[in-house]
Amino acid sequence: MTPTTMPDDHPARSGSGDHHAKIIRQTAADLAAKIRDRQLSSVEVTRAHLERIAEVDGEVHAFLYVDGERALADAARIDAKIAAGEPVGPLAGVPVAVKDVFAYSGAPTTCGSKILSGWLPPYDATVVHRLLDSDLVILGKTNMDEFAMGSSTENSAYGPTHNPWDLSRIPGGSGGGSSASLAAFESPLAIGSDTGGSIRQPAAVTGTVGVKPTYGGTSRYGLVALASSLDQPGPCARTVLDAALLHQVIAGHDPCDSTSIDAPVPDVVAAARSGDVTGLKIGVVTELGGEGYAPGVEQRFRESVDLLASLGAEIVEVSCPHFVYALPTYYLILPAECSSNLAKFDAMRYGLRVGDDGTASAEQVMATTRQAGFGAEVKRRIILGTYALSSGYYDAYYGQAQKVRTLISRDFERAFGQADVLISPSTPLTAFQIGEKVDDPLAMYYNDLCTIPSNLAGNASGSFPVGLAPEDGLPVGLQVMAPPLADDRVYRVGAALERALTERWGGSLLDRVPELAVPA
Amino acid sequence: MALTPTDVAALARLARIDLTADELAQLAPQLEVILESVARVSDVAAADIPPTSHALPLTNVFRDDALRPSLPRDLILAGAPAAEHDRFRVPRILGEEA
Repeated sequence: MTPTTMPDDHPARSGSGDHHAKIIRQTAADLAAKIRDRQLSSVEVTRAHLERIAEVDGEVHAFLYVDGERALADAARIDAKIAAGEPVGPLAGVPVAVKDVFAYSGAPTTCGSKILSGWLPPYDATVVHRLLDSDLVILGKTNMDEFAMGSSTENSAYGPTHNPWDLSRIPGGSGGGSSASLAAFESPLAIGSDTGGSIRQPAAVTGTVGVKPTYGGTSRYGLVALASSLDQPGPCARTVLDAALLHQVIAGHDPCDSTSIDAPVPDVVAAARSGDVTGLKIGVVTELGGEGYAPGVEQRFRESVDLLASLGAEIVEVSCPHFVYALPTYYLILPAECSSNLAKFDAMRYGLRVGDDGTASAEQVMATTRQAGFGAEVKRRIILGTYALSSGYYDAYYGQAQKVRTLISRDFERAFGQADVLISPSTPLTAFQIGEKVDDPLAMYYNDLCTIPSNLAGNASGSFPVGLAPEDGLPVGLQVMAPPLADDRVYRVGAALERALTERWGGSLLDRVPELAVPA
Repeated sequence: MALTPTDVAALARLARIDLTADELAQLAPQLEVILESVARVSDVAAADIPPTSHALPLTNVFRDDALRPSLPRDLILAGAPAAEHDRFRVPRILGEEA
């Protein structure tokens, strides 16, 4: 386990407590404005969050690594820049947590795996570079399912993360550390990566906001690859505007990623500020609902559809008949890609090496290291992918899956001819108990039922909180899917829902997250 | 088709993972269930449908063939499991059958 480092001059908890409690509940947009106006310093804001992490992360376990000293030094430098009147980014001085799948030089980057335990990347991912370049303060690295394989964060080699709404439940996955850090007010912003729902599903089950940009909209350089044709970095936040501001910071063309789109970033911030859905055609996807969905998920979804209609949107029903094949398609394409991507963990150039006794061959050392370094789900998917790609089975499995991927993309194209955006529940169920599904891979895979189609087709998609399921009091998310490069529409609909629901509830959903026990 | 622990062992050898007997016994039925469930893709994929390997219709991306600094050697070797004479030190790669 990586130690949490705290600065020596860490202040006593008494005295600053109330002030800090107020800081950690503010939005990133508000914090940025106050830091810019010098009503608050970035050091003060960073310290408040580090203190919160020290207090509650023993229970939540959102973080794998925190470097308080580095964060405070960065914050002090940003404060000095602001004091000197130098230009700074729109989120300058605001803390952010980064999923442990992104390279951040000098900080351990493990991907939740033992095979990368203690490895220090020699460079920054483009997303990380842009955060630093835009004057954000990186608090540390968040927990995740090993190599982003999972929907619960239980597959982390460093132990599970707990959902702040109910510590016995999962915070989603693979980016459960990022979503939990937001819901526990340990960080106002977080970065995730989404291959089959790893940003959106955790957002849904923690009552937070998460967006998977259009494939190619954010750079994958320095993101440790799971399935390269599906992976996409994206923003996680507590409000729609905060997510949009973070999206704006990290998105845009990057020559280091050959699949990066060389086009202007859609104006997601303007869309998040507007939230106007008048005349917008919203398609409800017939196939994403009904049997297998929790009653509370369906209820909150239907209420949201009515709400959007009352806000002036035109609701239409659309059919995407091949979406029912998205899950099997994904569980052939993903293992195929990950089995080849993870071949690079060969114990030769970096990471763990086991069994090098001077007599064993490189091949033996490789097999022993991969046995010791990979967890059960990673092994399962590598073997599955090896099978799906092996001669004799390639056409029946991987080849067929690639064809169904075409059919799913065509469903989207047809649907986007009938509607400006599509909506569905983000997940069929609310957060389940830790341990409930670890031995049932198919039940685990089912959690990504609604999110996977957008990864296969590459379009933009986000999850937004729409209430608590009456039966268990746990958060429900609504997914908004928009055509490629129309990411702004995702934020427009998200902002409309957030505004109307906040008014109806008399506050944000996260106001209702139970208080975590803070040690005296 | 039934996937036996022997089949899984062959796949594990291809994937360079030294699975234990327990793992093989556990994985075979799990993979069987997963494969049964994913085989549904054959129901709809007709011969005339082109495969999609990637969501973006990208062709080759070119950049100028310009010199750029690479990462410092020592920094890279610092992350290696073993290094010697400014190189990666690896277990023997020849005489695998010996």
